[in-house]
Amino acid sequence: MSKRILAVDDSKTMRDMVSFTLKKAGFDVAEAEDGKAALNVLTSGKFDLIITDLNMPNMDGITLIKNVRSGSQHRAVPILILTTESDGTKKADGKAAGATGWLVKPFNPEQLVATVNRVCP
Amino acid sequence: MQPDNKVLVDRGLEAAVGENAQQFITFTLGEAEYGIDIMVVREIKGWTETTMIPNAPPHVRGVINLRGIIVPIFDLRTRFGIGVTVPTTMHVVIIVAAGTRTVGLLVDTVSDIISVDPKEIRDVPEMGMPSEDQFLEGLVAIENRMVTLVSLAGLFGMPGGAPKRSASDSNGAIAA
Amino acid sequence: MSVTSETEGYPLAQFRKTYFEECAELLDALQSNLELLSNGNEDDDTLHAIFRSVHSIKGGAGAFGCTDLVAFSHTFESLLDALREHKVAATPDVRQLLLRASDALADIVNAARLEQQLPADFGADIRSAMQEALQGAVDCVEESPPLAPGAPGASSPALGEHRYRIVFRPHTEMLRKANEPILLVRQLRKLGDLTIAADLSRLPDLYAIDPEAAYLSWTFTLETAVSQATILEVFEFVEDDCDLKIELDEIAAAPSVAAQTTADSDTGGGTAVAQAAAPQAAVTQSIRVDVDKVDRLVNLVGELVISQAMLTEQGLALPPDQYPALIQGIEALAQSARELQESVMAIRAQPVKSVFARMPRVVRELAATLGKEVRIVTSGEMTEIDKTVIEQLNDPLTHMIRNALDHGIEAPDERKAAGKPRQGTIHLSAAQRSGRIVIEVSDDGRGINRERVLTKARDRGLVAAGANLSDDEIDNLIFLPAFSTAEVVSNISGRGVGMDVVKRNVQALGGRISVQSKFGHGSAFTLSLPLTLAVADGMVVSVGNETFIIPLTAIVENLRPQTADIHPVVGRGDVLALRGEYLPLVYLHRCFSIDNAIGDPCRGIVIIVQSEGAGRVGVVVDELLGQQQVVVKSLEANYEPVEGISGATILGNGRVALILDVARLHEIDSRSTAGRQQPSEIARSETREDISHAA
Repeated sequence: MSKRILAVDDSKTMRDMVSFTLKKAGFDVAEAEDGKAALNVLTSGKFDLIITDLNMPNMDGITLIKNVRSGSQHRAVPILILTTESDGTKKADGKAAGATGWLVKPFNPEQLVATVNRVCP
Repeated sequence: MQPDNKVLVDRGLEAAVGENAQQFITFTLGEAEYGIDIMVVREIKGWTETTMIPNAPPHVRGVINLRGIIVPIFDLRTRFGIGVTVPTTMHVVIIVAAGTRTVGLLVDTVSDIISVDPKEIRDVPEMGMPSEDQFLEGLVAIENRMVTLVSLAGLFGMPGGAPKRSASDSNGAIAA
Repeated sequence: MSVTSETEGYPLAQFRKTYFEECAELLDALQSNLELLSNGNEDDDTLHAIFRSVHSIKGGAGAFGCTDLVAFSHTFESLLDALREHKVAATPDVRQLLLRASDALADIVNAARLEQQLPADFGADIRSAMQEALQGAVDCVEESPPLAPGAPGASSPALGEHRYRIVFRPHTEMLRKANEPILLVRQLRKLGDLTIAADLSRLPDLYAIDPEAAYLSWTFTLETAVSQATILEVFEFVEDDCDLKIELDEIAAAPSVAAQTTADSDTGGGTAVAQAAAPQAAVTQSIRVDVDKVDRLVNLVGELVISQAMLTEQGLALPPDQYPALIQGIEALAQSARELQESVMAIRAQPVKSVFARMPRVVRELAATLGKEVRIVTSGEMTEIDKTVIEQLNDPLTHMIRNALDHGIEAPDERKAAGKPRQGTIHLSAAQRSGRIVIEVSDDGRGINRERVLTKARDRGLVAAGANLSDDEIDNLIFLPAFSTAEVVSNISGRGVGMDVVKRNVQALGGRISVQSKFGHGSAFTLSLPLTLAVADGMVVSVGNETFIIPLTAIVENLRPQTADIHPVVGRGDVLALRGEYLPLVYLHRCFSIDNAIGDPCRGIVIIVQSEGAGRVGVVVDELLGQQQVVVKSLEANYEPVEGISGATILGNGRVALILDVARLHEIDSRSTAGRQQPSEIARSETREDISHAA
């Protein structure tokens, strides 16, 4: 059974790229465009990894992580955050909120798959 | 900000003429009344002195400073070939977005905002004034007036000049 | 996983673009650091920075299927790794090799970006040289790509490997963030031979166990050929939430790698990790900002300055004694606005370094081709210029340096015979001087042969037979179009490009160029550039009821001539006699069809401007209204290019004034004075279809 990944980002390009790359690598991928939508999707089944951007409308990444970590179903699911190099405080906030690891944008497909495999093989 | 057609539909609002109504701002040149798609209109302001552009075509009245941007002003009367405007502070400039450009149209007065059902728009009949045809998108009757609808794309020869209309062709039939 | 942009479609094309943009930055940093290394700086930091640049380039290369790039950068990276671990010494030969390798790398990256095929053996010689350097090293093994498996273990580490002792104790926090120790162990396993010992001492009674807390710690022994930094990377995500100690477990031949790294929860990160993330060289803190945002900021501030100028002008009309506070306020505002503008312009200003950095390579390659020995010395690289100007500097500078190499610096034997050192020197410097940037390119070559230049100029009718020219004037003749002292304009000096093209480029930037030379000793070219293209100094003039701006850089002088100085020339218009020269006069009111102009130069003002192509020209205007700094705005954004006008600006009174393009004025006027159609008619018939539907 393939592992299920939820990709959360308000940028369609980013969602497409992540989704495409990970599906090719053998994962099942669902998408959501912001934290709120993500929480909805998470109620629909079990996920093995969440990849999320931090800056999103409706509910940002940090809030999403806090919600997931304090919920019941996906409390222990690895969460990867997408950060930019200059985003020092956001990355720290993400870590403090409970992120497992991070990917610095822009990343290439190889880096994405490698990082996913590090936390969710 | 005018609600766009989609929002009208979403809210289930029945505008006076139905779901696909298009809105136009009407303006006058002498006795004649014209309309321009409200979606391209950015601003309406009074006439201010322009800085002339050397060796420009006669309908180019010059440029103005619009909050730091240089905007050309076109005399619509001259453009339509029906005379030359002698502007006063009572005259009006309609600032429109023509593709990626912002330009100003010098007219006499601005009168109204009208809602038009695309079904009601008629073709402009041949009136032996070929130069006008390409500027004009159609005719519509409002109460007992005739309003000539102006096409931005036609005015400036830019294919993408005017934003796309809602699903109807110039004959007024609604596409499937 | 290797993908190409064609097979994967749109999203990856985006990433490809970003990757190559990053490569450009990485290659720049690589170059700078290699220069440092060449100059004797063998700092560990420099070596690590050099390694990281190539490592990053290699990292992305695989993802985009650039196999040539992967192979080359891999070997390069291995050599650099060996260097930073001091397994290979940075001898002068090795440093030379590194420079050559970085040049080749830049070429391969470029070919990959343009999807061009390079010859199959491109860089092969450099690669073998690098591999040789690696062979000769102590304890060195080129890691096989990409993730290095460890060598099979005997009880003592095999050649090239070290034994590390890693003590790892996760905190509860780490587990809460879904980081699994077992996954880390698997990562470590991939690096080499791993033995694990678990410490259960903190494990409480079964009943007391909190299933979500962390009680275990481990001691790993890892035999691996990878560096300590690589091991640390495995723990990258968890460094804040664990106790981590990595140390070398042998008293073997000394690598100078840091012996111990500790990550405590309170310090929040080990020094080795900081090292891996350290910015290159000695750089001040910086953030990346979209160029668009900066441009928008510059525009907004420009508008602010305009509004403030308007206020100031209105304020001047007020009786000062009645509104003292208001006037004071306006003055304070003017001051702040000025300072704000300077700060904002400074944001967009970048050090010329980015342009200067490319020159050493130009010198290296051309010197090699020409068989000359030349070095380049740069200074003032940190002088800052507006981004808009910097980008345009590359071409003129490159031409000038090629020119110096080709025509200036002599062959080594010739130099020796002249009592000079065999190696020629080119000095490239930048400095800010009175509100402009001054760039100097000088060489210690043969200098300008004035006799030859003068003869050539006379032969081509560029100089009157009897004219007496000063040394400086002769030197500056080389900027005239179609002038070259070489019998054949050599292919090398930029495909037949002469100094006249350089001068045109520089002038297009609003700059000036001049040369000084001493025959036998060398030449020095001086470029003077404005700090920015967005702001210009202008002379405000009036013609009839219209106001125009003439860029100050183009103006040579102003005068009101005598009637006797004006001479009509049949079919050519009027000329002005000025100190033995005859300058054509351009009547602005005619060019632009303006009524109510004074028209008579003897009752107006003649402004002598320097325009390329036509030399000096006298522009006839009504009045000089003053000088001011203007923010240049585009006419083309919402309208279209207008002949004779280069842009627009907004005056203090809120009105728009057009900025003249002096170079073109002469052409416009000569059309009208030749008695043909009025300029306005020509313009109309030439106007594009979409506007000229006049009835």
